[in-house]
Amino acid sequence: MDEALIELGEFIAAAQPDAVISTTIEHGQLTVNANAVDAVKLITFLRDDSNCQMKVLTDLFGIDWPEREQRFDVVYNLLSMTHNQRVRVKIQTDERTPVLTMTTVYSAAGWFEREAWDMYGIMFDGNPDLRRLLTDYGFEGHPMRKDFPLTGYVELRYDDEQKRVVYEPVQLTQEFRSFDFESPWEGAKYVLPGDEKAEEGAS
Amino acid sequence: MGEVQISNYTMNLGPQHPAAHGVLRLVMEMDGEVVERADPHVGLLHRGTEKLIEHKTYLQSIPYFDRLDYVSMMCQEHSFVLAAEKLLGLEVPQRGQYIRVMFSELTRIMNHLMNILTQAMDVGAMTPMLWGFEQREILMEFYERVSGARMHAAYFRVGGVHRDLPAGLLEDISDWCETFPKIIEDIETMLTENRIFKQRNVDIGVISVEDAMDWGFSGVMIRGSGAAWDLRKSQPYEVYDKMDFDIPVGKHGDCYDRYVCRIEEMYQSLRMIKQCIAEMPEGPVSATEHKVVPPSRAAMKSSMEALIHHFKLYTEGFSVPAGEVYAAVEAPKGEFGVHLIADGSSKPYRCKIKSPAYSHLQAFDFLTKGHMLADSVAIIGTLDIVFGEIDR
Repeated sequence: MDEALIELGEFIAAAQPDAVISTTIEHGQLTVNANAVDAVKLITFLRDDSNCQMKVLTDLFGIDWPEREQRFDVVYNLLSMTHNQRVRVKIQTDERTPVLTMTTVYSAAGWFEREAWDMYGIMFDGNPDLRRLLTDYGFEGHPMRKDFPLTGYVELRYDDEQKRVVYEPVQLTQEFRSFDFESPWEGAKYVLPGDEKAEEGAS
Repeated sequence: MGEVQISNYTMNLGPQHPAAHGVLRLVMEMDGEVVERADPHVGLLHRGTEKLIEHKTYLQSIPYFDRLDYVSMMCQEHSFVLAAEKLLGLEVPQRGQYIRVMFSELTRIMNHLMNILTQAMDVGAMTPMLWGFEQREILMEFYERVSGARMHAAYFRVGGVHRDLPAGLLEDISDWCETFPKIIEDIETMLTENRIFKQRNVDIGVISVEDAMDWGFSGVMIRGSGAAWDLRKSQPYEVYDKMDFDIPVGKHGDCYDRYVCRIEEMYQSLRMIKQCIAEMPEGPVSATEHKVVPPSRAAMKSSMEALIHHFKLYTEGFSVPAGEVYAAVEAPKGEFGVHLIADGSSKPYRCKIKSPAYSHLQAFDFLTKGHMLADSVAIIGTLDIVFGEIDR
């Protein structure tokens, strides 16, 4: 399986040298890191070339890496039923740069892109219907971003006087706490309280 | 009287409508009785599962998967634990794999029963529903006996399954396997050759293989159109490569073919369940990696080490080495996948859930265009949508 994937990766890189930045294989799965600009060209090639035949777009989604300059990854999971192979194409973008839409290549991309826009605020240039999909009508913000709090900003309740549901700023009787359970004996990067003194004494 | 101009009008269906199979809101542009354009509004059941999982340990994430597609619970846990096991490089013992396959197939029957019968009810047949739900109740009892919960089992754990099967369960499942074909036959006599059922389903919602691929279909939705694609055969996981079963494939890609495929899949699942019972090996049900799998209750009474592991695993959870992996299973509705990105800590960095019905519902506009309003209900039925997994 792995040899076939290495071969496929090399083939894709050779056929689309401008688009492909690198290819990696991890856990028996091929990832192609690509240029955002050439992604449509690359994926159209993957769909139509007889050696790839990636006719199905299984998934399209964003990943947020807030510490990075280009903070979003956009991942395309492609599947070829003919060759029984999967390829993952990854491109990078930021909040301002739109990515070219994939709806021209796969009809299935429409909702996936709407979801990525909704959840991360990744813009897709050319998507004919880039409305919010999963969040409420009139929702503000992009909830899957790492800097969006888990508890959100608003909560809703039924207002008996206005006879309708109203939004209010979220009020927690106890603030959401994220406990640090990471084991201090294994793999901990931080210094335990008190430990810094031991270092001083030794020197 | 002069000619009357009738213009298109917009109709709202749902979000609370029994034929919408949950909280689906459809905004449809109608030309008389004919659907011109359908715009499904989803997200009314959005609970932010993916965001929540980013804040939970791997063990705490498993129950969320039961609550996605709440009629095929264990299949979804399966996909998540497979992804985590790939990252950890864990091997599940044979008995654990057999138990997983057996329960995946029981789940498939449970799901198909639900789907076929509600679809039948949508097009006007009430009786099969009552018969089938009795059987679903028996299946949920099996769930309960093995995990303690009728539906949200959280039974599949990273490394294996939570506990071994209780005494007598295999015999009872075996007995049920003998009685259940009679029920399918009964349902079939009510539906398969039924004139009304055929009139409502044949040639409704037709989709070709090419279109189905373009829309990202999987599972019965693509097999009904004639593509023999099943992850259990093409990319086998667990012991599916040892199982002897056939994949039913449709010809026309209409609602009726998909119904027939689902009926046949239930028979095939029964075959696999019987094989699992016959071949069920003895031995552990879960891997013995102490850093991932909690120790047995008995070991905790005598071993300090086991006690520490138990405490650490249920507070901190186990750490998963950094990496990225995609694991998919053939869930009853289609390819259910989990794309897991781990950063080396005990919580997933990102967990993207690929739900099959999401792609299927997306093509709803494509499928209903030009059909009558009543047919759109049959199409919703055949899509096999459950909002827990579409909205996530």
